[in-house]
Amino acid sequence: MKLFLAAACIATFPAAALAEVVVSDPWARATILASRPGAAYLTLHSDADDRLLSATTPVADHVMIHASETGADSVTRMIHLDALDLEAGQTVRFAPGGMHLMLLGLAGKLDEGASFPLTLTFERAGAIMVDVSVLGVAATGPEGEP
Amino acid sequence: MNTTPNTGGLRRIRRLLWAAVAGTALAFGAAALWRAFTPSDLPAPRATGEAAIVNAYSLTDHTGRTVTSDAYHGQWQLVFFGFTFCPDICPTTLAYMASVMDILGPEADRVTPIFVTVDPARDTVDVMAEYVAAFHPRLIGLTGTEAQVAEAAGNFRVWYERSEDATAPDGYLMAHSGYIYLMRPDGGFDSVYREGDQPPEALADEIFMRIERDERS
Repeated sequence: MKLFLAAACIATFPAAALAEVVVSDPWARATILASRPGAAYLTLHSDADDRLLSATTPVADHVMIHASETGADSVTRMIHLDALDLEAGQTVRFAPGGMHLMLLGLAGKLDEGASFPLTLTFERAGAIMVDVSVLGVAATGPEGEP
Repeated sequence: MNTTPNTGGLRRIRRLLWAAVAGTALAFGAAALWRAFTPSDLPAPRATGEAAIVNAYSLTDHTGRTVTSDAYHGQWQLVFFGFTFCPDICPTTLAYMASVMDILGPEADRVTPIFVTVDPARDTVDVMAEYVAAFHPRLIGLTGTEAQVAEAAGNFRVWYERSEDATAPDGYLMAHSGYIYLMRPDGGFDSVYREGDQPPEALADEIFMRIERDERS
């Protein structure tokens, strides 16, 4: 039924097929050693059910979508997600200690004050490019947040 | 005549004790094997209970000096086990510890923050030196051989594991318990904290109160 409705919506309102995803507050933490992975964070909000398929950037060989999970045993494991489902109307916030984009194979150190482009590819919304600001190594959130 | 049953009793006790020793040794051996072969399935030891955590290790600090836990005797110690390939929790926690030090102000002179790597193969002395300096001038980085690190982590009841993952750098990922241990100046265990559980001001306050209480007693 849901599928049928979605299909009907797309058929009736072609504009609805261009689901909109808003990517806000992208930031990355400065890295200390170029040979170590970096982490980037951002907030996603989608009007419609969508799915983040991949992320790419010229500054890293790979970008992996990671969730951190702390089990009952208090061990924190990074969980590698092949894709991230976005529910319509829900906001997904990547933040230290939780979800992050792991930047592997950095071309160089991410220096505080620099920025780099990051392209996120969504199943429905397509590719969205954002500019990621590199904040200090002690940053805990995007600029403008305490 | 009287001694015979006694000796027999003692012998029996001795035999029982040896059996207990053998049993324990077997259990430890089995646990070690189990851990070696199925690292990710084993439930972690829980970091609860004061008696369980022992501040003992022999490692190399980020200046290349061989140290034992005695090197920080007389100081309150904030000890965190992590690794430099960890892009999220580790820098977050180390930056948090650095904030706690800064908030402590002059009291920070009584506290030594320590970062012990659980990935010594990649976290050499040089790597640790560069890494810790980025967080706080007082942060000590400790590394060692795999055996030394395993011993240190075991004494702190820190669980860490290495899982093979072809997509990860060097083909493996590390997981670890993200506790910050507060150790007393006499080396004893005081408490554990997690970065996300309270703002750095709150932890600085706690440490400050403990330092004060310690002074009074």
